[in-house]
Amino acid sequence: MTLTAHPTTSLPAATPATAMKKIIILGATSGIALEVQRQLAYQGCELLLVARSPQRLAELQVDLMVRGAQQVLTYRADLAAIQQHVAVFEFARHNFPGFDTVLLAYGSMRDQKESEGSVDVLLEELRVNFVSATAILTLFAADLERRRTGCVAAITSVAGDRGRRSNYVYGSAKGALSLFLQGLRSRLHPAGVRVITIKPGPVQTAMTDHLPNSARFADPQQVARDIVGALERRSPDVLYTPRVWRYIMTAVQQIPETIFKRLPF
Amino acid sequence: MSGQTAATLRRESAALPLIKRVLSWGRYPKTAHHKVHKPAWNDQLPDILRDAAPGSLLPYGLGRSYGDSCLNAGRELIDCRRLNRILGFDESTGMVRCEGGVSLSDIIDVFLPKGWFLPVTPGTRFVTVGGAIANDVHGKNHHCAGTFGAHIRQIGLHRSNDGLVICNLEENRDMLRATTGGLGLTGVIAWADIRLKRVAGPWIDAESIPFQSLNAFLDLSRDSNDRFEYTVAWLDCFAGKNPRGIFFRGNHAADHGKEFHPQRGPKLPFALPAWMLNRYSVRAFNTAYYGIHAAKKGAAVVPYDSFFYPLDSIRQWNLLYGRQGFLQYQCVIPEGNLEAFEELLDRIARSGMGSFLGVLKQFGSAPPAGMLSFPRPGLTIALDFAMRGERTLKLMQSLDEIVQQSSGALYPAKDARMSPALFEASFPRWRDFVPYIDPKISSSFWRRVTGAQ
Repeated sequence: MTLTAHPTTSLPAATPATAMKKIIILGATSGIALEVQRQLAYQGCELLLVARSPQRLAELQVDLMVRGAQQVLTYRADLAAIQQHVAVFEFARHNFPGFDTVLLAYGSMRDQKESEGSVDVLLEELRVNFVSATAILTLFAADLERRRTGCVAAITSVAGDRGRRSNYVYGSAKGALSLFLQGLRSRLHPAGVRVITIKPGPVQTAMTDHLPNSARFADPQQVARDIVGALERRSPDVLYTPRVWRYIMTAVQQIPETIFKRLPF
Repeated sequence: MSGQTAATLRRESAALPLIKRVLSWGRYPKTAHHKVHKPAWNDQLPDILRDAAPGSLLPYGLGRSYGDSCLNAGRELIDCRRLNRILGFDESTGMVRCEGGVSLSDIIDVFLPKGWFLPVTPGTRFVTVGGAIANDVHGKNHHCAGTFGAHIRQIGLHRSNDGLVICNLEENRDMLRATTGGLGLTGVIAWADIRLKRVAGPWIDAESIPFQSLNAFLDLSRDSNDRFEYTVAWLDCFAGKNPRGIFFRGNHAADHGKEFHPQRGPKLPFALPAWMLNRYSVRAFNTAYYGIHAAKKGAAVVPYDSFFYPLDSIRQWNLLYGRQGFLQYQCVIPEGNLEAFEELLDRIARSGMGSFLGVLKQFGSAPPAGMLSFPRPGLTIALDFAMRGERTLKLMQSLDEIVQQSSGALYPAKDARMSPALFEASFPRWRDFVPYIDPKISSSFWRRVTGAQ
């Protein structure tokens, strides 16, 4: 009986492999990643999950194998701790060779007020959402560039498109990450490596449950469908999900600063 | 990365009195909750249970209970839908371990392609494993398979005072019996081991047979129960003592040559105006429904979803009944008491308030899997009534009299208004169950029928 979640459990895949992909998920226990992984498992993909909790990783591993993943490896790491990045990368290179996609899905959104009152909190938010993300993506980007293949995708946020009084710390870190991805995209373009900037609107996940109106936020399954779709196609470079956010943010960016600074949100 | 920081934040913002509107499937009663916890991992539950005040919590799944047994008005809910992982599967035996928030729909999607099906399924696939256990749900195969709880080998139960308790036939057997049909009151189901059953494919050899009286139904039922795994009847409740109806029976089909395409039906976008459902429109529907099925009576190979879940094909069909919502009445009446059953049907027909969802089934004699399990030998009928205020409640009270006099019982999962006396009559041994209730857990239903605080 293999009835307990254990890292060594291996179960045969439900469906025969079709379009094989080997995908690394950085931040595999985040709300959006959970849904993305599940949909990739149904397609018979191979996955390497990186997150902090070995218990949660073990549960995910069994779940995704039963649902059809061809292979699920897990690696325990705190991605906010940049000194651990090399170990993550080396693990992937040796145990998950030939991976073709890296999806960065972790982030932190603490109450803006905390960052306003504490420089330590502020720096920690910037470090998790921006600095550490650029560090780990740089390691993986170099490898894909050398191999001249694959795809780097990262979840940023519509909050990064314009600084707002209620959420500008998170927003500026995600906005900076979007800019970083822009540059990385043109750097990797000659090597044929794709870079996808994923900008979700507010999504119903553990990260947003405490916010007012969270019941009206986007369904993570829908967001995951859009992300998986973007991984499969050649376009777009920048994915807004749900799609309506592309138009909303285009409009928001047109508002003159002299008016925008007076808006209450 | 955000998991723990967000969790801390949520705990801190708990001081804000947030009013969250959560409804059950009947959309009656309208309730507000103080807070809804949404754990994404089982390891978060001990903290939620520990930090709660006595009697403040209730686990909530997909909200398919019709009345108030899944509600906790003015208090807190634990929304278990994110606890939806499959934690293990043994291909040789079909034993699957699921977290409490895994839906039966999900189990079908994952395991039917591998040749496994649910041992028992209710009339909707959109319930969670936790909910199916907490209500010890039954299906069209009750006469040969018993209830859902009869196929649970083991559960892990989060309890506020003793952590994760493993319950099976050897260990904590009484807690397993209390939790089965225990309306979510004994703890939060972390995971359950369910015995799936082997099937050849997604097809059902189905037959539909029109009948024109209660006796004809009983003859059909007795004649079919040892040859057919699944039996159920649809009933035209406007027809009174000698109701017409369609008897459905079926077995899993052996061949699976045909290709199967699951279908996603339409969705009701908003609550229909209440006047659209009236005695004329419903009567017309029933006549048409009877006519169509009587015309195509006979045997056919049909996909499992149309056989088991005809209503799931219209998502949010509960909005049919308008903004005031509806009540479902499901009772069981011991079989020797056919007159009582006829009287029940007569009162419904004379009221003119019945609806198109009359479902009739003869329960089998399997011993109950749980302390508060509803199914028992006899005839069970389930009917919807649009909520039209006092008028509707009065009719249901008059039906209660018949149920109580005939030593029948009412189904808590469908109820929003039964009296404490009828609950006592339906579950005379409910006091034996009380010691198993988790001190941090309570529900609107439980407070209503037992006077608990």
